[in-house]
Amino acid sequence: MASIDIESVRKSYGSFPVLHGVDLEIKDGEFIVLVGPSGCGKSTLLRMIAGLEEVTGGEIRISGNRVNDLAPKDRDIAMVFQSYALYPHMSVADNMSYSLRLRKTAKEKIASAVGSAAKKLGLDPLLERRPKALSGGQRQRVAMGRAIVRQPKAFLFDEPLSNLDARLREQMRAEIKKLHADLKATSIYVTHDQIEAMTLADRIVAMHGGIVQQVGTPLELYDTPANLFVAGFIGSPGMNFLEGRYVVGGGAGAAGEGAGIRLSDGTVVPVAPRAGLAPDAAATLGIRPEHVVIAENGMLEAGVDLVEPTGFGIILHLSLHGLPFKIFTLDRDALSAGPTVRVDFPQKHLHVFDEAGNRAD
Amino acid sequence: MHQPIKKHRPPLKKRLADASEPYLYSAPALILIVAVMLVPLVVGISYAFRDIQLLNPFSGGFVGLDHFRALGQDEAFYGALRNTLWWTGASVFLQFTFGLILALLLDKPFYGRGLVQALVFLPWAVPSFLAGLNWAWLFNPVIGPLPHWFTALGLMDEPHNILSDPHLAMWGPIAANVWWGIPFFAITLLAALQAIPRDLYEAASIDGAGPVQRFMSITLPFLAPTIAITVLLRTVWISNFADLIVVMTNGGPADRTQIVASYIFTQAFKRLDFGYASAIALVLLALLLVYSMLIVLLRQTMLNKG
Amino acid sequence: MRTRSLLLTGAHRLAILAYVVFALFPLFWLLKVSVTPNDLLYSEGVRMWPSRMTFEHFNFVIAHSAFPTFFKNSLIVAGATAVVVTILASLSGYALSRFSFRAKYWIVALMLITQMFPLVMLVAPIFKMLSPLGLTNSLTGLVIVYSAFNVPFATFLMQSFFDGIPKDLEEAAMIDGATQFVAFRQIILPLTLPGIAATLGFVFTAAWSELLFALMLISGNDAATFPVGLLTFVSKFSVDFGQMMAAGVLALIPACLFFLLIQRYLVQGLTAGAVKG
Repeated sequence: MASIDIESVRKSYGSFPVLHGVDLEIKDGEFIVLVGPSGCGKSTLLRMIAGLEEVTGGEIRISGNRVNDLAPKDRDIAMVFQSYALYPHMSVADNMSYSLRLRKTAKEKIASAVGSAAKKLGLDPLLERRPKALSGGQRQRVAMGRAIVRQPKAFLFDEPLSNLDARLREQMRAEIKKLHADLKATSIYVTHDQIEAMTLADRIVAMHGGIVQQVGTPLELYDTPANLFVAGFIGSPGMNFLEGRYVVGGGAGAAGEGAGIRLSDGTVVPVAPRAGLAPDAAATLGIRPEHVVIAENGMLEAGVDLVEPTGFGIILHLSLHGLPFKIFTLDRDALSAGPTVRVDFPQKHLHVFDEAGNRAD
Repeated sequence: MHQPIKKHRPPLKKRLADASEPYLYSAPALILIVAVMLVPLVVGISYAFRDIQLLNPFSGGFVGLDHFRALGQDEAFYGALRNTLWWTGASVFLQFTFGLILALLLDKPFYGRGLVQALVFLPWAVPSFLAGLNWAWLFNPVIGPLPHWFTALGLMDEPHNILSDPHLAMWGPIAANVWWGIPFFAITLLAALQAIPRDLYEAASIDGAGPVQRFMSITLPFLAPTIAITVLLRTVWISNFADLIVVMTNGGPADRTQIVASYIFTQAFKRLDFGYASAIALVLLALLLVYSMLIVLLRQTMLNKG
Repeated sequence: MRTRSLLLTGAHRLAILAYVVFALFPLFWLLKVSVTPNDLLYSEGVRMWPSRMTFEHFNFVIAHSAFPTFFKNSLIVAGATAVVVTILASLSGYALSRFSFRAKYWIVALMLITQMFPLVMLVAPIFKMLSPLGLTNSLTGLVIVYSAFNVPFATFLMQSFFDGIPKDLEEAAMIDGATQFVAFRQIILPLTLPGIAATLGFVFTAAWSELLFALMLISGNDAATFPVGLLTFVSKFSVDFGQMMAAGVLALIPACLFFLLIQRYLVQGLTAGAVKG
């Protein structure tokens, strides 16, 4: 097991940059999830750690040793591919033992390593089959098995669950988490699915446009998103945003002594004072759909466009000042909402972002 | 905030190893091609300006454009040029037409299609010299049925060999060539046909297009690129293809089936005059290059207009 | 409507039948004459099958002529050429499929050009080059020449098969501890077996059929290949048709066997746009 250090790593194809200086320190045994929309550079970063892509600039170190110029085979890492990349002409057992055979490991050692990995993943009865004869979930397990037989310094996962159906994905997610608790192996996991990121990660690295947006525990990203991108990306349904201006004290109108955000229709939503914002500066107010409160004497009135029952809760699609706005509630009364509802924004759940989109505290 | 961007340079050894890898894979093939095709090509071009006769130890001198001057006076060469046009044009046209029809027939699923496909493509596997001999025998009134059938149909007064009839002889090699070459067109066109998305036809049917309209508005436009490239390559290839003629008629009777490619071969093989043979080959190469350029240019202008 | 579609189906099957007959009839006739006894050859000229069959022509060709030598020579030349070309084309096809490098464009251009120019043009220079090396009148010389002629097309064929194999597989192997070459040999090549079969078959057939260079480079019976032998036989003793056609049938067997085995893969490989006779 090993730590991985990434220091101002850059990547460009010709003159086209895809990663602009990424810094990241991954501790021994940590489970890191790289998350972001497609094209954000997360897979490129993973492939650079694996040695499948050249590093244009910066340095990657595994257990303190610089690996920039090492071939993938000399980095002692394992990787699970989105397509699983199982060798079609080899049996499950041969797929799993290939790396050990390449390293000329003793036969008995190979057998015991494959045996224990197969047991861990429930692959015992399938060892002699070819990948073609396996279901999607079983193939996924073989890909995992291939990675764990070798006890590498680190595991890399490239969207390993995205080819599975929803039920299986949930199940494998839990298994990966258990496996990690068991092996305590340094892991880097790439996904575009924020649920996977939230549930699996010790720390999440949110990326966008080749730049790291925020690094933190799942709850840090959920509770205190560093900018509009992270705020909108983490959480489902996504956070609501309202544009307005920051007002303080006397200028705050209805807010009295405190601070607030004045929306385009003049309503002022009171917020805790933000040191980072100048009075009258443009600001964006954010609130998660699950934090909006429906109240008879609520501060704002919104038209109801659509009511979506999900079974577990209800999503109300509203329009507020002509802009889309969502509420998630567990209260079944919302099903019979009239043409308009009145809503309130609890102050402790409000996020404020400055003109550049960064969090203002 | 901007620090100078420092480009990462891997050590020289790794850079060399990385850069040379693709060349290592392709080197054996490239060396062989350069040694056995490219070098002889250059040497061959130089022969065209020299006096090279295999059995004459005093030959080898530089003769400038003498061969080309002789070529300008060579009636047999002009005849061969005309025959080449006739041979190539008729062969390509018939191969393509019958190949396209066969591909369309095979594109429809039916019971036993796999077997039928293997059988109709079989002529392609027949060695060309054997295809030539085979057809020469079919045209032979002594053992072949064709002259007798032609007579029975009233096309001939009495069974005789068209390969020895100066007016008809060219049809012999052309028939063999068409038989032998249909599978090539059928295979490539069939592959292209099967790449056309089926839902396009369904959409067109729903929109009310009949079979002819579907063929004109979907099949043909989709096949056009394949047709263009195969016809171009095939034309060049067939005008260079002397096997059938050498085997069936050897250029005769009275040079009526002599094409440029077989003429080169006759000059080199029978008269051992390599210099003159190379001069003819160079002219043929130039003509084919001009032809290919014209086709490519034509395609460009058509694309630009569209 | 029903009768119309029945008629169409009938016409379709009839047209297919016509093609099958046209494709097979010449080969059938070859076979027919090869089993016709000499005394029936003229009296039963246009009969579809002789009233009496004989294998004496085959017997004669196999036991009393130089054809077994020709057959053996052709088998050696075509087999060796197929193996050499397939190895070289696998390597170069892999380079074209998996690497992007500066000279790639030029290599592709060079290979395309070799498909365009008249090979007859090379007859004289190749003879002059091989003769001082003692490679005329030798099977090795033929193998070298045929290999060079077939490598470009085989390269494109192999490339199209490599293109169909996901790059993930090599990457997985490289992470498992293989160099790129080991990944190529142990993972990619075994998955390209259909492509290798198609290339072997294609090159074998091409080398088995080649006539002009064999005529030019080989003199005398010892190193003659089947096409040369058959043609010499025809021009020398063009009377015994039964024997000639028996030899023809024998010449046909290996090429056709190979073709029937690989034709499925060949169509698949050609789909990727590689085009040649």
